[in-house]
Amino acid sequence: MRLASLTFGLLSGLAASVTAPAAAFADPPKVLHISLIQDPDILDPTLSGSYVGRIVFAGMCDKLFDFDPSLNIVPQLAIGYTYKDPTHLIINLRPGVLFQDGEKLDANAVKYTLERYLTMPGSLRRGEISVVQSVEVIDPLTVELVLKAPDSALLAQLADRAGIIIAPKAAAAEGAKFGLHPVCAGPFSFVERVPEQKIVLKKFPGYWDAKDIHFDEVDYVPFVNSEVGVANLQTGQLDMLTGMLPNDVATIKRDPKLRVESQTSLANVGITFNVANGPASQSPIGQNASLRHAFELALDRTALINVVYNGLYAPIAQANSPSSRFYVPSIVPPAMDLAAAQKLVAQSGVKTPIPVTLLVPNSPDFLQAAQVIQAMEQPAGFDVKIQAMEFASSLATARAGNFQAYLILWSGRADADGNMYSFLHDGYGFNYGHYDNQQVDSLLDQARVAQSVTDRTALYAKVWGIERQDLPILYLWSPTNIVGLKKTLLGFHPVPDGIVRLQGMHFAS
Amino acid sequence: MQSSLGARLLQIIPTMLLVSVIVFALQHLLPGDPAVMLAGDSAGDPHVVAQIRDQLLLNRPIGDQYLHWLVGVLHGNLGYSWELSAPVTTLLLQKLPVTLQLSAMAFVIALATGIPLGVISAVKKGTPLDWLATSVGLFGLSVPSFWLGIVLILLVSVDLGWLPPSGYVPLSQDPLQSLRTTIMPAFVLGNAVAAIIMRHTRSAMLAALHQDYVRTARAKGLSERVVVWRHALRNALIPVVTLAGLQLGTLLSGAVLTEQVFDIPGVGKLVVDAVFNRDYPVIQGVVLVTGLLYVLINLITDILYAVINPKLRGG
Amino acid sequence: MTALVAGAKMARFKWKRLARHGSGLAGAALVAAFVLAAIGAPLIAPYGPDITNWAAIRKAPSIAHWFGTDEIGRDELSRIIWGARASLEAGVISVLIAGAIGVPAGLLAGFARGWTDAILSRIVDAMLAIPFLILAIALAAFLGPNLRDAMIAIGVSTAPMFMRVARAATLDIMTRDYIEAARAVGNPPWRIALRHVAPNIAAPVLVQANLSIATAIIAEASLSFLGLGEQPPTPSWGSMLNAAQQFLTQAPWLAIFPGLAIIAVVLAFNLTGDALHDALDTRRGK
Repeated sequence: MRLASLTFGLLSGLAASVTAPAAAFADPPKVLHISLIQDPDILDPTLSGSYVGRIVFAGMCDKLFDFDPSLNIVPQLAIGYTYKDPTHLIINLRPGVLFQDGEKLDANAVKYTLERYLTMPGSLRRGEISVVQSVEVIDPLTVELVLKAPDSALLAQLADRAGIIIAPKAAAAEGAKFGLHPVCAGPFSFVERVPEQKIVLKKFPGYWDAKDIHFDEVDYVPFVNSEVGVANLQTGQLDMLTGMLPNDVATIKRDPKLRVESQTSLANVGITFNVANGPASQSPIGQNASLRHAFELALDRTALINVVYNGLYAPIAQANSPSSRFYVPSIVPPAMDLAAAQKLVAQSGVKTPIPVTLLVPNSPDFLQAAQVIQAMEQPAGFDVKIQAMEFASSLATARAGNFQAYLILWSGRADADGNMYSFLHDGYGFNYGHYDNQQVDSLLDQARVAQSVTDRTALYAKVWGIERQDLPILYLWSPTNIVGLKKTLLGFHPVPDGIVRLQGMHFAS
Repeated sequence: MQSSLGARLLQIIPTMLLVSVIVFALQHLLPGDPAVMLAGDSAGDPHVVAQIRDQLLLNRPIGDQYLHWLVGVLHGNLGYSWELSAPVTTLLLQKLPVTLQLSAMAFVIALATGIPLGVISAVKKGTPLDWLATSVGLFGLSVPSFWLGIVLILLVSVDLGWLPPSGYVPLSQDPLQSLRTTIMPAFVLGNAVAAIIMRHTRSAMLAALHQDYVRTARAKGLSERVVVWRHALRNALIPVVTLAGLQLGTLLSGAVLTEQVFDIPGVGKLVVDAVFNRDYPVIQGVVLVTGLLYVLINLITDILYAVINPKLRGG
Repeated sequence: MTALVAGAKMARFKWKRLARHGSGLAGAALVAAFVLAAIGAPLIAPYGPDITNWAAIRKAPSIAHWFGTDEIGRDELSRIIWGARASLEAGVISVLIAGAIGVPAGLLAGFARGWTDAILSRIVDAMLAIPFLILAIALAAFLGPNLRDAMIAIGVSTAPMFMRVARAATLDIMTRDYIEAARAVGNPPWRIALRHVAPNIAAPVLVQANLSIATAIIAEASLSFLGLGEQPPTPSWGSMLNAAQQFLTQAPWLAIFPGLAIIAVVLAFNLTGDALHDALDTRRGK
């Protein structure tokens, strides 16, 4: 009796499943879970200042231009550009592009967005495109940017956040609250955000490049604790772990289900010396370039990178990393030479040990690196005191000039101007040491006018010639972007800017 | 009783005002410019920073800024997070339940472990069992919660793989997963409180077991078990539970570290991040609300204790 | 006269009971051991706490390094021994600060009553309403991340507890007969406060102090763990735990040993505190 009813049950179940509509067998939604090293700030391209925000924007908001893996500027929402003359830039837009709310992307939308970047209170894009005087609509698919002066760094900005075009009606309606429900023209639309927990985007069917999108949903999850991120990648809750630390690489490599992709980033870490910012600049190391040279010669960058970063980062002596198109191959870090360092110290006539206070934002790896630097400088005659502070305080301290040396990271830009101008030009916000060299200022300004990468790199090479003599900033290493991902996640091509581009990525079937 | 209740309630107002003044003054003394923090990578442009400062009213005299904030609070507006770009009220509504869930679970764990251990060690006073229970209690008090958390993650998540190492799933979303993500942090959080409750229970039980009514019950011939569980424990529990209520403050404070270690998006993590980011409105709002909660809980516990206490004598 | 003396003895320690308290003695011995380790670190530690060795990064415990080496090759055992200094300093000095602020305040509030008591009590309530760690974090961030300022931050945050204890004890003492007697004889208030009240609140304050040292040590470790306490390269168990977090899977010993050290010291103070508490007899009659 039981057997009969069991068989009957099985048969009817089978019959039901055979006749069930095809939808019952639909694939489960393909969801991509990507980690971020911190929670982004506001998701409005006008107001966003965080590095990780750009990763989310890559999933949600397309830009006029983009970078390919070699950092060449390639079309995205714009299909081409021409300079009518150095101060008139014509941009040709891609036809048939829709925003996620159905609005058309045309020249008016571009004009609206760029003007918002230039005029909205609190806009962090203003400084990036401040050279733009006005935006003119030539026809629905052509925009003309009138510039105050020639600026070859502008295009790179239009391939970054300042090139993101947002939906005008949605932005006008929401105003400053646009960041809570952003609407752009990227592959995925914003669904929801729980602060510090997740950002959920779902596939936008009307995306102009929909054929290259192979996920139904993308979840960005902030993981501040990297060990926890690694654990989540191992258990499969994460598909991709960005911003991995060198110490975690071995763990991921041992896991047969995972793989690691590394690439030198655009970022740089260096020590900024206070050479002219207030009374604290009147230190032996602040006033003597030869002592700064001695400081450099006592350091073994490679050994430091081995100890702190498992040898995975790249030693540098310039602001542009080896991944940058503007990297000058002839500017390389000198090998450690303790004897030469000691000689320079002796020649300076300053009594040893020479005290140097090193201001350090207290992230764990920076603290380690600072201790390594301290140990390396000691035989050269420098008594390095570590002044660790949490990040906000260290910034304030540096800006106020209350430092002698400041170990700081810059997240890096594809265009050299973004890595050099505000840091080395007199009077700008990241030039904490108030370095002031008229030749350098003039060369930096000239490089904004020169058009080709070759010409500009030649000018920057001249800047490095001077900078390497004065040594206001001692560049140490460039971090490596390390990404851990499932072996089943294919189509990922790392770009040195560290942004994860979802076009072409897919799960193995 | 009536007048002192009214007086106590009134006292909350100057207390909370003082709290807000202390915190306001403190965070404005914190070095670091919130405008620079907010500007992030664009802090290189001095115009951008100046504009943000204006927007955030940072150039106004501090008294003005405080009054502006206070007026807002009285209208139910706790301010707007500069860093997270959301109203503080929204953030609190999202994150307070998380911390409360954690604290409630921790409290239950603390009671469920502390009381039985305390009873055992009191009843079996002087025996090895007492020694064991007391030692467990002492360890609970002596272990730093963040270390316990790290070690548990190492053992339970990394080595054994039984529980997820971090993160949080809301109860409403998936109760089972929610429990799995919160059981370790709740245990870590409740650990110290469990030890305190255990000690209180032990001394309350010891005191209760010496009371006249216990002797009377024994003389009446009631079994030891009835004496202990029905009479002594019932009376011992009352001061213990009300004293335990005061530990909720400890829980809120402990949540700060536990949420950091386990990456739980609660109020503790919110306010620590806000201190490091100089997100003044969040710090102000969170401390005000949690302070109010703490003060109210204390008030209720005190009232309960006073009301129930007379009943204790007599038994 | 006898009544006065008898009353004065009420809030003192039963020394005999203390001497026979087994676990209390064990705790005291452990405390002594740590104090010796802290003072004698230069002699006891096998290596200096700052000696780096690029070739021996994160090595597991071995004969050469009983507790292994840390992330830049320093001997972990030596750093733990030297780290005792920061922890004990933090514990003791924070509590001294807390006592110096809280006890006079409590004494004053309990003695003077009225508006003084009301204002002081409101301030204490306000400070207690702010979660302890938040207050300490904010203070430490404001003062700057280093051991000295962390101790001030912890001291200020712990002061309310001392104020409460001192106040409660003062209120209790004030009701005793000998105070009335002293007043009747014509003693001025300050004399009563100093000669009769203060000595008698010493005992409960001492018990609180002992227990607070334990919480202060944990608080210092917590602040260092968050990056706000003792800064590298000076060893502190909390900052060692902070650094150890990144290497949990590769070098778990870096997380285990500093934690055990903290537990041991805190346990020691808790044991002695309990012994003092048990020996403290404030019950009347019986």
